[in-house]
Amino acid sequence: MSLTKTEGTIIVSMWAKISTQADTIGTETLERLFLSHPQTKTYFPHFDLHPGSAQLRAHGSKVVAAVGDAVKSIDNIGGALSKLSELHAYILRVDPVNFKLLSHCLLVTLAARFPADFTAEAHAAWDKFLSVVSSVLTEKYR
Amino acid sequence: MVVLGEMKRKVLPLHFLQFMRLLVVYPWTQRFDSFGNLSSASAIMGNPKVKAHGKKVLTSLGDAIKHLDDLKGTFAQLSELHCDKLHVDPENFKLLGNVLVTVLAIHFGKEFTPEVQASWQKMVTGVASALSSRYH
Repeated sequence: MSLTKTEGTIIVSMWAKISTQADTIGTETLERLFLSHPQTKTYFPHFDLHPGSAQLRAHGSKVVAAVGDAVKSIDNIGGALSKLSELHAYILRVDPVNFKLLSHCLLVTLAARFPADFTAEAHAAWDKFLSVVSSVLTEKYR
Repeated sequence: MVVLGEMKRKVLPLHFLQFMRLLVVYPWTQRFDSFGNLSSASAIMGNPKVKAHGKKVLTSLGDAIKHLDDLKGTFAQLSELHCDKLHVDPENFKLLGNVLVTVLAIHFGKEFTPEVQASWQKMVTGVASALSSRYH
């Protein structure tokens, strides 16, 4: 599965707006994830997960920065996220089902903050893009 | 669940067409080809059969909100219908649930807090589970 030109354009142009709120978007995404899908907290026993915690904010920023990297290299997401892919495969070993959950929560965060931009086409493009990102991150699992 | 009651009043007038985004975002859900022209996003969103089905689905979800304590009972017949007559893969119920949540986020913006989302996720999971409960 790869993005069409149109889908790529949608993602890149929306990213310009999104990146101005990158850090808060990251934090909100994680808050949504942990509240809607509490089982995902099992990957963070070492974190203070209270809303607004420094660790949550830092981790949220990391996640959104990685998505940003994928956007900037949208024609070569595999290359851009290669190191992250190895990290998830050999060290973090997050079960693949969780990438769908995180992607969904990021989508919901974007939809709530940019309702006018989140048309059906944009929704489809983002869902597909995050699906590609998730595939890249799990491609070295076995 | 108090939150759901509050939102019920706001959800029902929602342009139900929005829920048929499912067909745009997950095109393989179009496999049931009785809808007619689904050739593009605008064709889908303007299709009267799609509109009619969206209305049906939304009415059904309204029922769900009224019967949160007995979703399995409420959806028993619909579950049988989706299995025996419509042959719908229950995975589709999960996809629709997530599209619904996303559309609510668009509609309610800031009001759709993480806590509110969590309540809705529970509900759509409950509905999906109830709709698949009679599959055999």
